[in-house]
Amino acid sequence: MQLRDPQDGLASFNRRIAIAGAFVLICFALLLGRFVWLQVIQHDYYETRAEDNRIALAPIAPNRGLILDRNGVVLARNDSAYTLEITPAQVEDLDATIDGLAELITIEGRDRRRFNKLMEEGKRFESLPIRARLTDAEVARFVAQRYRFPGVEIRARLFRQYPHGAFAAHALGYIGRITDGDLRRIEAWGEEANYRGADHFGKAGLERHYERELHGISGHEKVEVTAGGRVVRSLARVAPVPGNTLTLTLDAKLQEVAERAFGDRRGALVAIEPATGGVLALVSMPNYDPNLFVDGIGAADWEALNNSPDKPMVNRALNGTYPPGSTFKPFMALAALALGKRTPEQEIADPGYFSFGGRLFMDNKKGGHGMVNLHKSMVHSCNTYYYMLADDMGIENIAGFMDQFGFGRRTGIDIEGEAAGVLPSPAWKKKRFRTPEQQKWYAGETISVGIGQGYNAYTPIQLAQATAILANDGVIFRPHLVRYVTDARTGRRRLIEPEPLARLSLRQEHIDAVKKSMVGAVHEGTGARVFKDAGYVAAGKTGTAQVFSLRGAQYRKERIRQDLRDHSLFIAFAPADAPQIALAVLVENGGFGARAAAPIARQVLDYYLLGKLPEGAAPADEGAVESDLEEAP
Amino acid sequence: MIRTLWRKLIDPLDGPLMALIGLLLAVGLIAMASAAPARLATVLTHIGIALVVMRVVAQIPPQRLMQLALPLYLLGVVLLVAVALFGDIAKGAQRWLDLGFIRGQPSELMKIALPLMLAWYFQKHEALLRWREYAAAALILLVPVVLILRQPDLGTAILIFAAGFFVILLAGLPWKIIGGLAAAAATAAPFAWHLLHDYQRQRILMLLDPERDPLGKGFHIIQSTIAIGSGGILGKGWNQGTQAQLNFLPERHTDFIFAVFSEEFGLLGNFVLLVLYALLIGRGLRIAAQAATLFGRLLAGALALILFTYVFVNLGMVSGILPVVGVPLPLISFGGTAMVTLFLGFGILMSINRNRMLVQK
Repeated sequence: MQLRDPQDGLASFNRRIAIAGAFVLICFALLLGRFVWLQVIQHDYYETRAEDNRIALAPIAPNRGLILDRNGVVLARNDSAYTLEITPAQVEDLDATIDGLAELITIEGRDRRRFNKLMEEGKRFESLPIRARLTDAEVARFVAQRYRFPGVEIRARLFRQYPHGAFAAHALGYIGRITDGDLRRIEAWGEEANYRGADHFGKAGLERHYERELHGISGHEKVEVTAGGRVVRSLARVAPVPGNTLTLTLDAKLQEVAERAFGDRRGALVAIEPATGGVLALVSMPNYDPNLFVDGIGAADWEALNNSPDKPMVNRALNGTYPPGSTFKPFMALAALALGKRTPEQEIADPGYFSFGGRLFMDNKKGGHGMVNLHKSMVHSCNTYYYMLADDMGIENIAGFMDQFGFGRRTGIDIEGEAAGVLPSPAWKKKRFRTPEQQKWYAGETISVGIGQGYNAYTPIQLAQATAILANDGVIFRPHLVRYVTDARTGRRRLIEPEPLARLSLRQEHIDAVKKSMVGAVHEGTGARVFKDAGYVAAGKTGTAQVFSLRGAQYRKERIRQDLRDHSLFIAFAPADAPQIALAVLVENGGFGARAAAPIARQVLDYYLLGKLPEGAAPADEGAVESDLEEAP
Repeated sequence: MIRTLWRKLIDPLDGPLMALIGLLLAVGLIAMASAAPARLATVLTHIGIALVVMRVVAQIPPQRLMQLALPLYLLGVVLLVAVALFGDIAKGAQRWLDLGFIRGQPSELMKIALPLMLAWYFQKHEALLRWREYAAAALILLVPVVLILRQPDLGTAILIFAAGFFVILLAGLPWKIIGGLAAAAATAAPFAWHLLHDYQRQRILMLLDPERDPLGKGFHIIQSTIAIGSGGILGKGWNQGTQAQLNFLPERHTDFIFAVFSEEFGLLGNFVLLVLYALLIGRGLRIAAQAATLFGRLLAGALALILFTYVFVNLGMVSGILPVVGVPLPLISFGGTAMVTLFLGFGILMSINRNRMLVQK
């Protein structure tokens, strides 16, 4: 056992205390070194980091460009209004918050449903509108109680507004909230930065096709923010540049006349200015109110639009494909002349039928038309003439010639989602069908194609375009709805499609012969009653497209279900010697072409050429369209 | 009359210690006024209570404190066991004990009770220190440390281990054994890694590379180093720190308050703060050196070194050279319990100082 000397222990202890003290100083020196490293040597780096933290760029969405008709009538504009918005991620009890808000502000079931739909799209961290277009009284009530609702804000927003409602809806289209699909498109353009802060994107029609023109350039505000993202103050601001203005080739008043002429019938009308390819009217009936989509469409409205048997959301002018019926005949006649298969004077004998391969193809007149030349074939729409012609030409020649007029090909109009249609040919059949049996082209099928039936299926815009090419003596323009784009910054105008795409090599005398026969069809033949006392000379052709194969039975309108009745068609251009307008009209299940489609064309031509309005409408000089149409400044 | 009362009141207090404490409290209030002005009143209340506790303890002679060592230690161990059995779970760890009238962390008590107990033990065996006595001391040390480790609370366990270890170290643990322990710890480190909880490993990984999860677990370190670094030499000025004022600093009135101070007062402020702490610790060590008994020497020395440990771990953590372990900055961070414990320690230091050796060599 060894006892320790207390003095020894004390010295040892004091030595250890001294060592501890030294250790403390070393450690503090280490800390000081660290501080020097951070605050002196690395200071610039950390200062930048702190600035990055503190300063945020708040994007300012630009005003969307306006859409005007060719005369300056405003078709789409922006409207400033207050919205009530909730950021779900910042709200603890969403239902209770909405219930609380509903005590101050009218919030209907559809508002909630629309909000829930936006939530389901996974946008919990964004500010989502629950009510749009608040009244001043509602704004005041909310502001007074704002402290009760963290995560809820009132914002002034610009809304797209289509002042004429459903008018020209299929041409204008509409905008809606940006979806994932839209985002991918924005990324593909490399425009992510320009869409920061934007909520809306063109969804259909011109709004979609010209999205990049209309959107503008977003501005931004340099703001100081807290870690929670709350803005403390503004440091600098770069103003946004509004979107460019679209001035259309569309004539709003003409469009209105055309839409009214349809009444409650389904169908489409496309009118083109032959000398430019500008679309004067683009009608698809029934239409819909694009305003419904701007704030996100309610479920009930969407169901109603989507489930309607009349399919108002389908743009029939671009997406509906129909057999052209007899409106195909002028192009067949021109093909016959161009390919040297017929001369205008050459006559054929029509016994009332055409026999081919042991099968009878019936004429449209019992007992036939007797001796028929080109002119007469057109005036009376003689089927037999075209059966024979088709047989003489053969399917390859027909398909080759019609292709030049754009049949079975997208026209490339400035609206997306156009259908291609079908220009029948052996090659097409081979692609379309699977088994060799189905793929085989039968000569009998050529006969039906000759009168615009069979596999023929074209969109109304293709028919209108072909008519315009014919009216323009073979000079082809791409049809377009926008005449020029006005740059928002410079005010400079940029013309759309001002140059012809191509010129068909056709002989003028052939074109003139066909045009002359089309004048006959309108003024002497099938269209004579409809165009009685017209103050101008029009060239055109009626058509009736079979929806339902009658197999030799008598066509009795009353016996057939309405939706299986024939489609009524009409193509025309006028004045015949110097065409200002070419159009194609289709009335679904309208029966004979002269009955339904031709009168619509007459009203449109009367208005466009003479300024004459259909009976019962207001006089032209007081505004053919609804009185709320206004001129752009 | 009033003068005599005042004299009586301040008589047991140590002047230099009081001055340094006062200066550091002032720095703390300035930082708090910037970080969380709404809490100033609460902080003043904490200081008031803590000063009363300190004054009361300073009056108690060390001999009486010695008598309290064993009961306090045993109470602490019993409470830690109780926490393990019935404690509340907060933030995934069992640390809190609710006794109805008092709700607190028994580990806080242990921060004083353990060094007290060990100092008492060594005083008792002063004459005869063999390996058996050191082994017993190690046992006294490890029982509460293991209990706290199980909660799990690695940070506090390390601090309490340090508190006890300082006593053993100052008591004269042979350097050979210290060296051996250090070597053993180094060897065991890779194995200890596997014993750590996932979140503890994350904290250490974050220290090595905070940018790997900038918005998650690395956020604290990144934002506090940005705050310190952007402060520069002179700082951004009181209430002008963007990191602090715009809420980028988490826990800015508790463990990370130093970042607020450093951002606004810069390297100069840091230097002043370090000097004040160094003087405070130095005063504690001096009191230890002058204490009359081994108990007093060991306890005062350990208390001074515990204070150092807190300061070093907190500043190291906030400036990104030590992992985030949840240690407050003494005298500056917000927190009532920690403040009272701290002043309890100051009170003990003053009590020991009153009974210093009268004969100087």
